[in-house]
Amino acid sequence: MALSHLGASASRSSSLLKPLSSALSLRRPISGDNSPLTVETSVPFTSHQCEAPSRSVETNPKELLTFFRDMALMRRMEIAADSLYKAKLIRGFCHLYDGQEAVAVGMEAAITKKDCIITAYRDHCTFVSRGGTLLEVFAELMGRQAGCSKGKGGSMHFYKKDSNFYGGHGIVGAQVPLGCGLAFAQKYSKDETVTFALYGDGAANQGQLFEALNISALWDLPAILVCENNHYGMGTAEWRAAKSPAYYKRGDYVPGLKVDGMDALAVKQACKFAKEHALKNGPIILEMDTYRYHGHSMSDPGSTYRTRDEISGVRQERDPIERIRKLILSHDLATEKELKDVEKEVRKEVDDAIAQAKESPMPEPSELFTNVYAKGLGVESFGADRKEVRATLP
Amino acid sequence: MLGIVRQKMLGQSLLKIRPAISVLRSYSSAAKQMTVREALNSALDEEMSADPKVFLMGEEVGEYQGAYKISKGLLEKYGPERVLDTPITEAGFAGIGVGAAYYGLKPVVEFMTFNFSMQAIDHIINSAAKSNYMSAGQMSVPIVFRGPNGAAAGVGAQHSQCYASWYASCPGLKVLSPYSSEDARGLLKAAIRDPDPVVFLENELLYGESFPVSDEVLDSSFCLPIGKAKIERKGKDVTITHGVGAEICASVVEESFAYLDAPVERIAGADVPMPYAANLERMAVPQVEDIVRAAKRACYRAVPLAAAA
Repeated sequence: MALSHLGASASRSSSLLKPLSSALSLRRPISGDNSPLTVETSVPFTSHQCEAPSRSVETNPKELLTFFRDMALMRRMEIAADSLYKAKLIRGFCHLYDGQEAVAVGMEAAITKKDCIITAYRDHCTFVSRGGTLLEVFAELMGRQAGCSKGKGGSMHFYKKDSNFYGGHGIVGAQVPLGCGLAFAQKYSKDETVTFALYGDGAANQGQLFEALNISALWDLPAILVCENNHYGMGTAEWRAAKSPAYYKRGDYVPGLKVDGMDALAVKQACKFAKEHALKNGPIILEMDTYRYHGHSMSDPGSTYRTRDEISGVRQERDPIERIRKLILSHDLATEKELKDVEKEVRKEVDDAIAQAKESPMPEPSELFTNVYAKGLGVESFGADRKEVRATLP
Repeated sequence: MLGIVRQKMLGQSLLKIRPAISVLRSYSSAAKQMTVREALNSALDEEMSADPKVFLMGEEVGEYQGAYKISKGLLEKYGPERVLDTPITEAGFAGIGVGAAYYGLKPVVEFMTFNFSMQAIDHIINSAAKSNYMSAGQMSVPIVFRGPNGAAAGVGAQHSQCYASWYASCPGLKVLSPYSSEDARGLLKAAIRDPDPVVFLENELLYGESFPVSDEVLDSSFCLPIGKAKIERKGKDVTITHGVGAEICASVVEESFAYLDAPVERIAGADVPMPYAANLERMAVPQVEDIVRAAKRACYRAVPLAAAA
């Protein structure tokens, strides 16, 4: 399996780290600075129909510390959501992203809030990386007014339009044509921005993806299709669902890149490369080789179709947060204690947000009928008993 | 979804509207309890055992034992040629199912929920429902599309749609929506044996519910007739039905206006996408108190409407 290959390279690559800055012995403040640092990705990129970018990534201490903090926050947030679900404060579906944080964080580092992101239902961390707050996350998960969708959407339907985050979609694959549509609008408006449409290995076989890709290629749309390949579509391993699980090649005439999705710097490099490509040459596919520690959702134990050894193996060899921690420590950008303090801070932030979210009330009954339309034209709408509950849509 | 009709006479007057309604079935000394899940699983098992042309296809139906465990044990019993795990591609596998049915096999295609059937709806309607008609009887399509439909608990707008009225308005389809374990067992067996495309709408919230089942129901030859209503409980003051309320209301008014003592009413889902918040979700679906309220309204309407105005 691809996983063991990457595990071996990770330990090899730590010897390839060659920082440019010389004053290693000086203790830098924890907030870091912007002095440039070059780090090699864990593995080189594999490309299809294009030339792969260099595996030397430009970064700086501040960025690395931000990566660490952001990923630790996301990790803590998802674990907390697990507990809330088991306590029955979260209902319905809950799909957790722990393990995949590097994709959200690396992508955000390569783009601006004017670029668009659209994803499927495993959307909590992507929402946060686009600027969503922990309160909005937990309140939405618990169906409260302070939620990003005012409690009406739930886990799978987070949005943040003011940062060009378009959700949050429950139907497998549907977000891909939608993302290509965003790209169409960006090109039409001459915005010089791009769209990242994220999907999983399960969605990669959907016909609508190829239809949208064909059109995007014909019309040179700035669409970047990002396959977050965590190797399982619910309970079905990639080799059982796809004749060709080389998702970065599935675009055929559309170029593609295979990326170690557990390496935030590799993700950043790939997204930077993809944005430049898409603006000039139209669509490109990025396959992020990643992994989810949880099952598909909270109702899936995640261990009937994969071994516990596999899960713990990935956690040990490829965990994205551990990778950045090792990088920070080996470059002497912070001490172990300082990093542990960050984790403590982040944990407190999460706990505080949960406490605040619990205070937020449930939506008012009148909210049942709001936002059915943007412009309701005064039509009448009815509840379950037409004689008892009715409303006029504004 | 529910139609409420006030009647003067005994519940038998309903029989005058639909003379083909079967006589009331009663439970014999029913000792055994069966969940709807067990009912569906046993129905699938028995029909697959009886007819080698029957096969099951859908996401996670095999190795995962079914997303809701309806197909538990079937892969082990019948093998991967008859229990097939598909990729997440409804349009593709529904079309493949219909093609297999054209050729004479009897596919049971599972949608993890009917919300996902929208990806396949072209095949359900244009490839399956209309074929027997368009071919003047040459191409019957003995396929069953089954899976959970309608509201669940807290799954949000994209996972809570009810498709009963959508599919029921397509000629060529037979649309079933069983309630009890007996209904689920008898109707699924009937659906699999039926030569026409059947849309079999289950409900996730019912899967774990237990109902008493008689020995007759447990027999492998048990089958319920499609298209006949069942009187769950006889009475004389008001009739409460389930189903596509608008259609029932219209039919009753058209056929039996003279029998009515009160306007036909319906209790249905609210005209909103399903909200996630628990309190709003509760308001969006019929509750017991809504039905009780409407039944009382029908009964208390002793004076003609004109006099009340």
